[in-house]
Amino acid sequence: MTNTIRYRIKAIIAEQAMLEADQVSEDATPEDLGIDSLGLVESIFALEEEFDISIPFNANEPEKSDFDITNMGTIIAAVERLVSQKAA
Amino acid sequence: MSPKKSGKKTMPRTVRAAGDTVAPQGAQGLRRVAVTGAGTINALGHDVPSTLSAFREGRCGITALNFRDVDRLSIQIGAQVHDWRPEDYFNRQQILLYDKFTQFTLLAAKQAVAQSGLEFEGALGLRSGVILGTAGGGLNTWDENYRAVYEEGKNRVHPFVVPKLMNNAAASHTSIEFGLRGPSFTVATACASSNHAMGLAFQMVRSGAAQVMLTGGSEAMLCFGGVKAWEGLRVMSKDACRPFSANRNGMVQGEGAGVFVFEDYDHARARGADILAEVVGFAMSSDAQDIVMPSAQGAERAITGALHDAGLAPEQIGYINAHGTGTAANDKTECAAVAHAFGHHADRLMISSTKSMHGHLIGGTGAVELLACIMALRDGVIAPTIGYQEPDPECALDVVPNEARDAKVDAVLSNAFAFGGLNAVIALRRV
Repeated sequence: MTNTIRYRIKAIIAEQAMLEADQVSEDATPEDLGIDSLGLVESIFALEEEFDISIPFNANEPEKSDFDITNMGTIIAAVERLVSQKAA
Repeated sequence: MSPKKSGKKTMPRTVRAAGDTVAPQGAQGLRRVAVTGAGTINALGHDVPSTLSAFREGRCGITALNFRDVDRLSIQIGAQVHDWRPEDYFNRQQILLYDKFTQFTLLAAKQAVAQSGLEFEGALGLRSGVILGTAGGGLNTWDENYRAVYEEGKNRVHPFVVPKLMNNAAASHTSIEFGLRGPSFTVATACASSNHAMGLAFQMVRSGAAQVMLTGGSEAMLCFGGVKAWEGLRVMSKDACRPFSANRNGMVQGEGAGVFVFEDYDHARARGADILAEVVGFAMSSDAQDIVMPSAQGAERAITGALHDAGLAPEQIGYINAHGTGTAANDKTECAAVAHAFGHHADRLMISSTKSMHGHLIGGTGAVELLACIMALRDGVIAPTIGYQEPDPECALDVVPNEARDAKVDAVLSNAFAFGGLNAVIALRRV
């Protein structure tokens, strides 16, 4: 299940970056993937739609959001947490 | 743009160098432009005196939003017009025909025209018009009627939906109300709409194409759909608008209108009108770069263009009403543009964002902000940037934090930098 979520998250970010899901490594930052601030907001929207979750993210202070966007690994962990909170 | 070959009214124009902004060059032969009336309604008050009192007190108009389905929004604050009862100002038939953005406009326009003392019967009406800015136009009307047909499944809408929602409704009703039979239209450049509108009105009076122009702008976007759309961008604050403060976390929407009477200066003088300020310059530029991220170079070109158009040296500007949205991106970009445009003088001038008090009126914002410029020139009071808590090294200018300041200033600028990279800056001078 976790792997499935992980793959779906990667696929969404990869689509934004115009890459294949397996080309997205977990230490890659949004910047590494060529995703700018508007692309990031779009990716977050796509993740919310895919998993029916609300992601707390303010583009003015990304570092203060509960949603850690440092790299793919932190994004995956944060989405997994929100998905499991929703299931609980 | 070929120069006229002959005729008494040919005006000398200097040749524009490549890279200059688009603005008429050289003041010779052009008319001077006076502001002889002002009106407003916004979250700080239903007229100019109450708005200026709020500016002096540093009072905030931002509160919890109150409209249908607000509980479904993640952003629940805004600078909503308080105690708004349209029936206090309009009859039943007018309320059916006027969207809220038109109601706000007409209220502000009536105040402005009353202050000017002008009547538009006869020849003056033929030489007068109205140019207004709005981004959303009749957005409440769209929202209510989409809800009726989509959510509630109705198959019939009121016959006035189209004349109510159209973006030129406010300009048209203003022309009808006062008999303004000259050039009238609406400008939509998102957050710069009002500044573009006022700049064009200024150019029309200055060129002699019109004798009097009503101008400014209006916005009534505080409804479920209007705020929901903005939420999507994730640039809105959930708690406060804190322009230039290091801990700022986004913009806060507002609503309302500002309308001014721009009049041929000699005409105003001849009839003994009280002149609130003189409009002396205007410039616009386009970033041609990104649909949402602002460019310091684009902003700077509009600032220097307005100074050039006004024939003002940078050192003559004492105050700038900033665009100052309270977003991370705008405020640092704007400060960089001002610092570069003014050099050492950037450390001496004052710059404040009144959006901290009246919120961001989007297409109407420049009009309400022009009131702070007139207050600075006429009353010698600089409106503060409230909500300021922590200095930001990327916004290291005198932002007049939290408290209004007494200062004599001779010339001011008002900045507006829109999504879409469209910039418009106006220059005014004390009379």
